[in-house]
Amino acid sequence: MSSILIFEQILNGLQFGVMLFLMAAGLTLIFGVMGLINLAHGSLYMVGAFAAAAVAGATGSFFAGLVAALAAAALAGAIIEIGIIRRLYDAPHLDQVLATFALILIFSEGTRWVFGSFPLFLNIPQGLSGPVSLPGGIEYPLYRLFLILMGIAIAGGLWLLIERTRIGIQIRAGENDREMIAALGVDISKLYTLVFALGAALAGLAGALVGAIQSVQVGMGEPVLILAFVVIVIGGIGSIRGAFIGALLVGLTDTLGGVFLPELFKLFMDSGAAQKSGSAIASMGIYILMGLVLIWRPTGLFGARA
Amino acid sequence: MYRPILATHGLTKSFGALNATRDVSIDLNSKEIHAIIGPNGAGKSTLIKQICGEMQPDSGRVTLDGQDVSKLSTFARARAGLGRTFQVSDLCREDTVVENVVLGSLGAEGAVWRFWKSALKTRDLCERAERALERVGLIEERYTRCANLSHGQRRQLEVAVALTLSPRAFIMDEPMAGLGVEGSKQMTSFLDGLRKEAPILLVEHDMDAVFALADRISVMVYGKVIATGTPNEIRNRKEVREAYLGDAV
Amino acid sequence: MKFEERYLNLFVLVGLLLLPIWAQAMDEPFTITLATRAVILALAAVGLNLALGIGGMVSFGHAVFFGIGGYAMGILAYHAQTYTTLSLGLFETGGTNSMPVIWLVAMLLSGAVAFVIGLLSLRTSGVYFIMITLAFGQMFYYFAISWAQYGGEDGLSIYVRNGFPGLNTLVPIEFFGICFVLLCVTLVLFARLQSSPFGLALNAARQSKSRVAAVGLNPTRVKLLAFVLSGAVTGLAGALFADLNRFVSPTMFSWQLSGELIVLIIIGGVGRLMGPVIGACVFVALEHFLGEITDFWHVSLGIILLCIVLFGRGGLIGLITGKEGAHV
Repeated sequence: MSSILIFEQILNGLQFGVMLFLMAAGLTLIFGVMGLINLAHGSLYMVGAFAAAAVAGATGSFFAGLVAALAAAALAGAIIEIGIIRRLYDAPHLDQVLATFALILIFSEGTRWVFGSFPLFLNIPQGLSGPVSLPGGIEYPLYRLFLILMGIAIAGGLWLLIERTRIGIQIRAGENDREMIAALGVDISKLYTLVFALGAALAGLAGALVGAIQSVQVGMGEPVLILAFVVIVIGGIGSIRGAFIGALLVGLTDTLGGVFLPELFKLFMDSGAAQKSGSAIASMGIYILMGLVLIWRPTGLFGARA
Repeated sequence: MYRPILATHGLTKSFGALNATRDVSIDLNSKEIHAIIGPNGAGKSTLIKQICGEMQPDSGRVTLDGQDVSKLSTFARARAGLGRTFQVSDLCREDTVVENVVLGSLGAEGAVWRFWKSALKTRDLCERAERALERVGLIEERYTRCANLSHGQRRQLEVAVALTLSPRAFIMDEPMAGLGVEGSKQMTSFLDGLRKEAPILLVEHDMDAVFALADRISVMVYGKVIATGTPNEIRNRKEVREAYLGDAV
Repeated sequence: MKFEERYLNLFVLVGLLLLPIWAQAMDEPFTITLATRAVILALAAVGLNLALGIGGMVSFGHAVFFGIGGYAMGILAYHAQTYTTLSLGLFETGGTNSMPVIWLVAMLLSGAVAFVIGLLSLRTSGVYFIMITLAFGQMFYYFAISWAQYGGEDGLSIYVRNGFPGLNTLVPIEFFGICFVLLCVTLVLFARLQSSPFGLALNAARQSKSRVAAVGLNPTRVKLLAFVLSGAVTGLAGALFADLNRFVSPTMFSWQLSGELIVLIIIGGVGRLMGPVIGACVFVALEHFLGEITDFWHVSLGIILLCIVLFGRGGLIGLITGKEGAHV
């Protein structure tokens, strides 16, 4: 196996990882600040993708689509936060799970009702299509490189927002002590809506960005949501840094496992069997990773120690 | 050689720069009540958690009847004979009083791996539970849901559950908390009799109760035991007055 | 009107029994199939109710056990119908068409997997537990998809329904009878277990782990056993479900199914003996009747669910008897 292939797969893993991070960051932020487990986060991802596909299709501009994705997901997030989610902050986890599960049903069927069951397509913009030559003679799709850079830039922006701004201070205070920030005169319900909409916008953006390399369809959000759960279980709930590290680990494990495990198995099996069992085991790779982290650290790599 | 029933040996626990307990060595002899007092944040609760196994000390040991129990988990220590009550009543609120106490019987008899016969129709379990309820005076309330009990009754129920375990030593975290004057008096006289059965390590803020009950008192300040002695000795120790009691006593 | 819970329970069971008998007389086999479906889903949810309702373990991955039960049936019956051997590493065996053997294998396998998943997941609690069980569910889903030997994404079709000594299982009413009896036996066991010392301890462990530990019992071990039993019951239901459809596919492992099992319990009432049964009947009825009116019946289900969560505690049984359910 050539080193070019390995390098390419590492980039693919990174690209997958940073997109997972966009999902996981919102989830972990919402859990950290409001104590809410939001299953409907995958629906917001889907909303972003559909908004982008519809607007990009109508205007012909991919970037108008991205803006629409951000706006639609943030808006949808704010609406469900104000209408439903805020009643759930002090509710038991089971209620949160059920109510947000109900939201998934409503979002999915609602979207199918509006857009139909057939997938939409979101095209990669002209300027970002085609391969690009990287040092070492590697040809790599420009759009995927763009995704990696976008993801890293957003992670950096999020870090700045949380560490260096007033809002960030309030968010961090909210993670530690709700009464405290209410006592400081921060309008807590506004802060919660803002955090929820921010998380939703990140999910929507991820949906739109990934939508251009996969098809945009109902149900696209949930597999990503569950992977994002794996990410924050590994990283530690409530930790943005944990979400970043966890996302990269999951992205790399999944991508590299799928490519290299069958190769590895070929060393001691015949080729067909190695392909089959290699890919079967690889499909479980990230969950095995999660199990190992749990044995080692039940609250995740960067989670608060119980 | 004389041996205390429960003893801690140099228990130390810190959270970052904060020393929750520093080198705490206390003991509990048979038939005595040993009270731990100290201002809020002195480390009393942290000490209890380390004794009961809810928190691991950074260093130091806990012995029960001379056996090192430091490596045991919470439930194993309870089984070894530590009967604790919680500062904030930790009961099954949806269940009735008798169900809460029968849970204690289950623990005492190790009878949890039974799957068929109703627990509330199993004679030995219920008898043990009802004896405990009679002693704390809750037998009339046995079918009341725990959530509907008064605050004082919940404190009594906490003690009743610990009683079913027939422990070697009681660890009581503020049993008087929130009880009225009358309630405190009742609890005081009850604990007074209880010490003959098993000694009590008592953390309590109610100074009247502490000085009425305790055979020995240890004073904790900033995680350290600064004095141990009889109530009279403690009352007259200068450093105790300064550090904690002020001149209020 | 307030209704005693046990009369309601009896009423539901008798109704569930009479409906297919009536359908038999009217010659409407489809209604019998619907009732069988409700009974099997109820059985799966009774299993989950043990973990979730009594033990407070919000497992969002119970489809794992349902799927394992299904694949246990699928694989054994597949080898029986193709006359091939099933190689288990050290030894080889043929498949089987015998329901009791399949049930046993399904329960043992799903119980064993529940042991491993429980051992890992119970190291944590709360939200972690929910996410981890959900993730393990997805792991089995993807494994089944990539397991080409047994149909991969397409699943496995079984041409003949498996046999039960003395009965013709292809007759809908007789297969219904088998499922109904299994459900009743499980309900009796559930009721005994709920009031037994073990059930008392499990119920206490849901409300306060520290309380259980303080009386000298290991709360995690109590919960783990409950999780294993719960998985085994749901696995049995999975085997029956596969037999009902004569088909297994990775969708038996899907997270939607895990979610629906929780929904069944919520509709009926958490921690109540008959909660899952009532929930399953309502669910199958809604699915059938709303599904006929509109393709988008999941929207209605979502709205109903939201209303139950936001306004109605205790599910339908709570509504009828006026008593709240267990708090999880």
